[in-house]
Amino acid sequence: MRNKLPLLSIPYVVWMALFVVAPIIMVVIYAFSSAAGGFTLANFARMGTYTVVFTRSFKLALIATAICLLVGYPVSYMMSKEGPRFQRIAMVLIMLPMWMNFLLRTYSWMAILENNGLLNQLFQKIGLISLYNNIFGTDLTFFRMINTQGAVVLGMVYNYLPFMILPIYSVIVKLDHSLIEAARDLGANSFNVFRRVILPLSLPGVLSGITMVFVPSVSTFAISKMLGGGTEMLLGDLIEQQYMGGAYNPQLGAAISLVMMVIVVVCMWVMNRFGEGEEQAVMM
Amino acid sequence: MKKTLALAMMMVTILTLTACGGSSGSESKDRVVNVCSWGEYIDEDLIYQFEDETGIKVNYQTAESNEALYSLLKTGAGDYDVIVPSDYMIGRLIAEDMLAELNYDNIPNYAKIDDRYKGLSYDPDNKYTVPYTWGTLGIIYNTTMVDEEITSWDAMFDEKYAGQVLMIRNSRDALAAGLLDLGYDINTTDEAQIREAYELLAEAKSKGVYQSFVMDEIFGKMEGGNAAIAMYYAGDYLTMLENNEDLAYVVPEEGSNWFVDAMCVLKNAQHKDEAEAWINFIAGTDANLANMDYIWYASPNTEALEQYPAYYEETYGEELDPELYEIMAAPGDVLDRCTLYENLPAETLTLYNDLWTELGI
Repeated sequence: MRNKLPLLSIPYVVWMALFVVAPIIMVVIYAFSSAAGGFTLANFARMGTYTVVFTRSFKLALIATAICLLVGYPVSYMMSKEGPRFQRIAMVLIMLPMWMNFLLRTYSWMAILENNGLLNQLFQKIGLISLYNNIFGTDLTFFRMINTQGAVVLGMVYNYLPFMILPIYSVIVKLDHSLIEAARDLGANSFNVFRRVILPLSLPGVLSGITMVFVPSVSTFAISKMLGGGTEMLLGDLIEQQYMGGAYNPQLGAAISLVMMVIVVVCMWVMNRFGEGEEQAVMM
Repeated sequence: MKKTLALAMMMVTILTLTACGGSSGSESKDRVVNVCSWGEYIDEDLIYQFEDETGIKVNYQTAESNEALYSLLKTGAGDYDVIVPSDYMIGRLIAEDMLAELNYDNIPNYAKIDDRYKGLSYDPDNKYTVPYTWGTLGIIYNTTMVDEEITSWDAMFDEKYAGQVLMIRNSRDALAAGLLDLGYDINTTDEAQIREAYELLAEAKSKGVYQSFVMDEIFGKMEGGNAAIAMYYAGDYLTMLENNEDLAYVVPEEGSNWFVDAMCVLKNAQHKDEAEAWINFIAGTDANLANMDYIWYASPNTEALEQYPAYYEETYGEELDPELYEIMAAPGDVLDRCTLYENLPAETLTLYNDLWTELGI
């Protein structure tokens, strides 16, 4: 019986080797080679020029992750407190948008946020825009929502929120209730029960939620293109441009991807270390 | 034991992979042709018609842009026979020896292609290409949002329209707008001129002229009246006009780019005969009429171009607006002020790419 497990894992190991490990090795090789094929560090020498793009991407992804956490954690917590019927329905509602294609969903946001879009038409109808003009003495015909960094963050939050809720929920829902009862017996009030028992125990879910929101957010290019208007590049746009732009430069694209991967891995490592420490502190 | 199984698993994986990929391979007896074109760029009935007539199966695929197609070809991901790139990309593919010379004896319909679209800079000796469509690049604007009649590229950089202008998300076309506005050649390799055009764009961007940088998102934005001015292709303007009749199109007086998309066969194509049969079929008058009606891009086939207004009247029971016809198929005096893109040398392409990145930062 014990032998069966490694055997069954072989398909996945092969899959990993072919489609995860091999591509990463190729990215590394490309990043360190010149167009002619020799070894070079020149691709990395240009990285300084892209600092702005790096900071912008990490900033927006961090904001999106923070919002997802602030919105997602309470939702997961409430959900786990409710009856099974409520939980099932809530789960379906959270998953429902994911049954539709990601690009379609983002396109819909374009129609909603446009200058002449659904929201602005609604604001016009209910007189919100003229009210705003009266109060502030402005002369607006619409609120500018699309083509801003705010719209990009909104797109990230909307698309990746389920990835924050689900892991947190699945951890909280399996919490051992006797621990909570024990804390109460020992005289902890609800706030303390939450802060010293529930929160630390749900940390693994929080950490994987953060990873699952942050990583796709930092590398997105479709969202920034459609909702950000493409005037301010994110890392994903920058990398895409090296492959699909006028000058085909896969080496530079690979170098940027590699630097991004390294930064993300370091961030995740630091965060997980921090998480581990927390857990141990609680145990003691 | 474990190793054997691992090996077997791996074999299975590889076999499945090759089996999937092999469906378009050459081992089957059925004749096939692998075509790669742009999205929404053919009347799909033509594919079935060709299959019925010749018994050759068509694997029709699409790429997003010339650059994406190039990337697919370079990485070897695209296993195509016929591709339909634009002029400057054809020049690049020929320079890199990636295209096969055509046997025009197999393409009798080539004779129907107008001389104006032969011997162009990308294929001066007519050895590699058969033109598919052609058109112009110009400015599209919403007449309810713009008071004046737009005639110049200045409109793309004018602070007056801050927040109302859509710039094209493609370095070549965007910088061409700058170069044209400054009165320079769109194929210039002079770094100072290109940088000057870039400054024009960068300044307009910093003043907030551009609402966003778009490609196909332009349809929704212009049709919905979300932006006043944009630059795009004539054929696509006609599509937008169907959904918003306030839109107007102009080829600015400084001149513009005109383009030809042409069918070519790749050097490593495995179905060259079938590819030439496909090209011949598509170059025919009937196919050109059907395509012109479906995608609104002008045909290079002399007969089709002449017959189209009559064809339109017959199909829709109403006369084709001559103004629309002139936008679709620009008359000689408009074409005379337009220039084809040529393939640029590697340093210039790198400069374009670097400037484009700088603009995005």
